[in-house]
Amino acid sequence: MIRISMAGAGALLLDAANGAFSDATQQRIWATARLMGAQPSVIQAVPGVNNLLVTFDVNDIDPPVVERTLLETWDRTTPETTPSRDIEIPVTYGGDFGEDLALVSHFAGLSIDQTIALHTSGRYSVAAIGAMPGFAYLTGLDPRLAIPRRDTPRLKVEQGAVCIGGGHAGVMPCTSPSGWHILGRTDLALFDAFRSEPCLLRLGDTVRFVRVP
Amino acid sequence: MIEVLTGSTLNTIQDFGRAHAMTLGVARGGAMDRLALACGNILLGNAPDAAGIEIVFFPFRVRFHTATTFAVTGAECPATLDGQALPKDWATTAQPGQVLALQAPAQGARCYLALGGGIDVPPVLGARATDLKGGFGGLDGRALRKGDRLACVPALASPLPHSGYGLSRRCPLPSSDGTTVRVLPAAEYDVFTTAAQTLFHGQAWRLTPSANRMGYRLEGETTLALTRPLNLFSHGIVPGTVQVPPAGQPIIQMTDANTCGGYPKIATVIEPDLRLLAQTPVGTFIRFIAITREEAVDAIRAETRAVQVLARDVARLRTSLTA
Repeated sequence: MIRISMAGAGALLLDAANGAFSDATQQRIWATARLMGAQPSVIQAVPGVNNLLVTFDVNDIDPPVVERTLLETWDRTTPETTPSRDIEIPVTYGGDFGEDLALVSHFAGLSIDQTIALHTSGRYSVAAIGAMPGFAYLTGLDPRLAIPRRDTPRLKVEQGAVCIGGGHAGVMPCTSPSGWHILGRTDLALFDAFRSEPCLLRLGDTVRFVRVP
Repeated sequence: MIEVLTGSTLNTIQDFGRAHAMTLGVARGGAMDRLALACGNILLGNAPDAAGIEIVFFPFRVRFHTATTFAVTGAECPATLDGQALPKDWATTAQPGQVLALQAPAQGARCYLALGGGIDVPPVLGARATDLKGGFGGLDGRALRKGDRLACVPALASPLPHSGYGLSRRCPLPSSDGTTVRVLPAAEYDVFTTAAQTLFHGQAWRLTPSANRMGYRLEGETTLALTRPLNLFSHGIVPGTVQVPPAGQPIIQMTDANTCGGYPKIATVIEPDLRLLAQTPVGTFIRFIAITREEAVDAIRAETRAVQVLARDVARLRTSLTA
């Protein structure tokens, strides 16, 4: 069952979440986003985590028309796998670079090394890109590491921070406030506005974290 | 060519932003009061979305190094050119060496300086707007500093009346006690208690000092509660989204907000009223009035038409001046 709601007059949010995160639902979100993004009056179709935001120009089209198209598109869409690349992200764990590593280990009931091993053993999938330029919501985090977000977000988390939050993994593409827990850091640039492809990661990519000294 | 004489961490080059870069996680950005920037640009014969300067920190001064047409719109700021007072919402020509000075607004919060041709900085991801969080756009992705020199895109020389001209009908600004904005219900509206729904529309919300281009934190006497706890997956959000974090005090996501969020959303402020929020000073009150989607669409289209009519009328006037 899906829900479509208004996000102002010029945007609609399709929410297909039903309990736990679903890979099949996410693949259907990507397929719907691809088709909706190609509609002439649509400005952007932005996949979230098991949901999709569609923005459009109400000077050109009536919102109920977009709503019908969105519903019809979803109904005829099947899960679609996108071409996936394998991306490795080198991470320096702990110490000054991973101030929450001890806290997360304690939460998981594991040693520091076991926690790092669990984080590096995962095969993560880029489910959605958003929040900050080039930030990827990575699904596939081991449930033992699904620590809730901090009660109060940090006002400043450095670019390159490798973090986990709300059951997802991620890497900070720029220095920004965040409520996620920091395990380590990487030197990889996840976003560069001047690259022909600004985001390092694409939807559907497979990501692994590799421990480096 | 103009030279910025006063630095701040808040005055930035803005245009209409990057509506097509949301899938990269890039905020729409652009002028907080788009109508004000559009009006200034139209007076100068620019495209409505040409790049200008959004001024939030006063006093603000620039020196013109070449003869330049300019317009000052938005908040009601005492403006002088070489000490000579300028009328409100006014466009005129500055001569080399002249200094434009803007003082803190008597009404409103953000002032716009549009320049003939528009500011010529390289477009990044389709816009010249400064994205402070991403560190790109505008001038090296940062706010304007003392000593910065800005060139304009060469424009067809088209004269303004000798002493300038201005808008006969001004863009509305919030009154001294605040503003009322129109909203549509958002995804989780029905999950809020009936009391919260009533309070949201009935209570005045004070704008706290935590108010910037990313978001406005509000404070009301009584907080808003949900009928059941929600744990939402991250989802795309638009400027104007009113989120309610667990503490129960709303946050309005503004133009530089993160493109995704996870807090419950009670409502969305309609596009044409975002500029009223942009002009609402800290410490004053914001009220939310519910409208229908049809009314919102009408309001958006009416604003589009008004801008088109202004552009047409100004073009006619300028043609008659040249004739």
